[in-house]
Amino acid sequence: MTATTTAPPEPTKSGFRANGGVRGWFADLPGVARWAFLLLFAVLAYLLPYVGNIPGIGPQIITTGIDWPSALFDMSYFVLLALGLNVVVGFAGLLDLGYVGFFAVGAYSVALLTSPDSILHTKWAWLASVPVGLAVSMVAGLILGWPTLRLRGDYLAIVTLGFAEIIRIVATSTDTLRGDRGFTGVPHPPGSGGGKPIFGVADATPYFWLGLSVIILVILGVRNLDRSRVGRSWLAIREDEEAAEIMGVRTIKYKLWAFAIGAFIGGLGGVMFAGEQGFVNSDTFVLQFSILVLAGVVMGGAGNITGAILGGALVSYIPDRLRGISDPLFHTDLYGFRFAIFGVVIIVIMIFRPQGLIPSRRRAMELRDREKEVAPIE
Amino acid sequence: MNFSGLIHDFGPLTVTGLTQGAIIALFALGYTLVYGVLRLINFAHSEVFLLGTYGCLEMWGLFGLDENSATPSTIAVIGLLVLGLVVAIAASGVTALVVELVAYRPLRRRNAPPLAFLITAIGASLAISESTGVITHRQNKGVPSLIVQKSVFSIGNMHVTNLQLLIITMALVMMFVLDRFINRSRLGRGIRAVAQSPDSAALMGVNKSRVISLVFLLGGLMAGVAAVMYVLKIGTTRFDSGTLLGIQAFSAAVLGGIGNLRGALLGGLLLGLVENYAAEVFGSQWLNAAAFVLLVLTLLVRPTGLLGESLGRARA
Repeated sequence: MTATTTAPPEPTKSGFRANGGVRGWFADLPGVARWAFLLLFAVLAYLLPYVGNIPGIGPQIITTGIDWPSALFDMSYFVLLALGLNVVVGFAGLLDLGYVGFFAVGAYSVALLTSPDSILHTKWAWLASVPVGLAVSMVAGLILGWPTLRLRGDYLAIVTLGFAEIIRIVATSTDTLRGDRGFTGVPHPPGSGGGKPIFGVADATPYFWLGLSVIILVILGVRNLDRSRVGRSWLAIREDEEAAEIMGVRTIKYKLWAFAIGAFIGGLGGVMFAGEQGFVNSDTFVLQFSILVLAGVVMGGAGNITGAILGGALVSYIPDRLRGISDPLFHTDLYGFRFAIFGVVIIVIMIFRPQGLIPSRRRAMELRDREKEVAPIE
Repeated sequence: MNFSGLIHDFGPLTVTGLTQGAIIALFALGYTLVYGVLRLINFAHSEVFLLGTYGCLEMWGLFGLDENSATPSTIAVIGLLVLGLVVAIAASGVTALVVELVAYRPLRRRNAPPLAFLITAIGASLAISESTGVITHRQNKGVPSLIVQKSVFSIGNMHVTNLQLLIITMALVMMFVLDRFINRSRLGRGIRAVAQSPDSAALMGVNKSRVISLVFLLGGLMAGVAAVMYVLKIGTTRFDSGTLLGIQAFSAAVLGGIGNLRGALLGGLLLGLVENYAAEVFGSQWLNAAAFVLLVLTLLVRPTGLLGESLGRARA
């Protein structure tokens, strides 16, 4: 019997990753070449503030009317948040509509510890307050997650939404958090070069570089987590929670992990935001912010790190880019319509690529199965 | 903390709470209906409501009425109210159908993952509310004073005004009609069948996409009524009114058990009451926070809401 059975074809070296396309080609490259490419991308990313100097295409890319490095920094914390939310939504499959809550916790922790307006009067340096801010964000994630992770799907969504709204309302209405008067004088990150501080107020480029460096570290961490036991548990939970539980995955534990790591990255975004702006008030942390980041993650391709980066960047870039373009109909600045246009863009992207722009391979394959599964009656 | 105020004003607070709750409940029905059938949080429902408020205001504007004009005669008021209702219902219903057609149907045809629906819903909501914001210059739009509020009857210090009575009665009537429709009519049976099992229902000859359109339309109708009640009560509308009230309405739907019509009514009324009590005790800035705390606490004890899900199957 055994002699007649033909051996199954040898699986390719890198398994399901290497099934054609740019990514298949990329995965088939030798390790050194892969890292060289990634390094090249990183270097190019660091050079982004100077993209406007490229003749011809440069001025098309940058947004006129606002400071391009500032726009890049905004993009960088959106990307960071998208990476964090991708852990929660994309990897673990937990729908979180209140992600801005953790961003707020991070920013307010820094503001409370450093600002002269704070009732704590500690006036720490920015760097000293960062670990505290991150720890507080993570604890906030655990506090929110522990009672609520027993809820499923859309119930979890509304509870997380409620959590973010409660944080916003507390920030708006209590004297301790100063509402929309906010905290002024939050110190900038440390360091000086040539007698001047590196992180000043005039030029946002160093902040962008800082954000980019943090993003690279986060990418490395998240990518390794995704490939570890934790990542496989998330995958199992996302696909079928009951089955995962029966197979011995401690679902609550790993869901809490996802929440805590997501909260940590969200807090990271918050402390950076506070450090760059020097000012924190309650107007920043509105529900739309969470929604935008979520739209970025899903639009880019939930469960895929590259997709989350692209999505996060687009969410920040598209509305900004509409500034200074006058529309033919009303002859006003399209910037007023930025979110309206953005809404339409989201719909169009999702209709043509429901799996996201750069979907995770596994998800794309699942979707293909779904399309075959049932022919919907229309 | 103002507990004595709560005890002293318990009656009036209850009436205002019930009025607010009735509007929220009508609004919540749209979320619950769509969720019951499609398992989809229809984020764009808040904009269905929003266009309802603008619809009736534009209608009244055609008669030269704005927030400064004098109250017309009783017969004219009744006529205007009916016209306003019709236009608001039409505006909301059409919006709901268009959103379904543009944002959801293409995805359904491709059998897209649930998250994709959620994101197009968000996109549709953004597109509509922001366009409204730009067109109206993000200004408040005032409402003509059609109904002069006067006390109809009172128990102790609880005075019930004609407007409050109208809103609560209207909401209850609409709820009753909808409940009968879903539970008694042939179309309602189709809705329940699709909610229980879309595929089996389709095999039994139920036209699934027609049922889905019908569900969106029904939600829109209810939102239209809620919109008229809302402008009469609040006296103003704005491009983000829908989103702000929508969060509460969605909470109410979840609180009562999303997908459950009676749950939406219960959740709405309860939410209205608790918000009003909390606003009195803690101050009005805590109104929404109280709603969410109530929601979270309820879900911890009853993870599928107060009455559970009944329109559709139990969730996995």
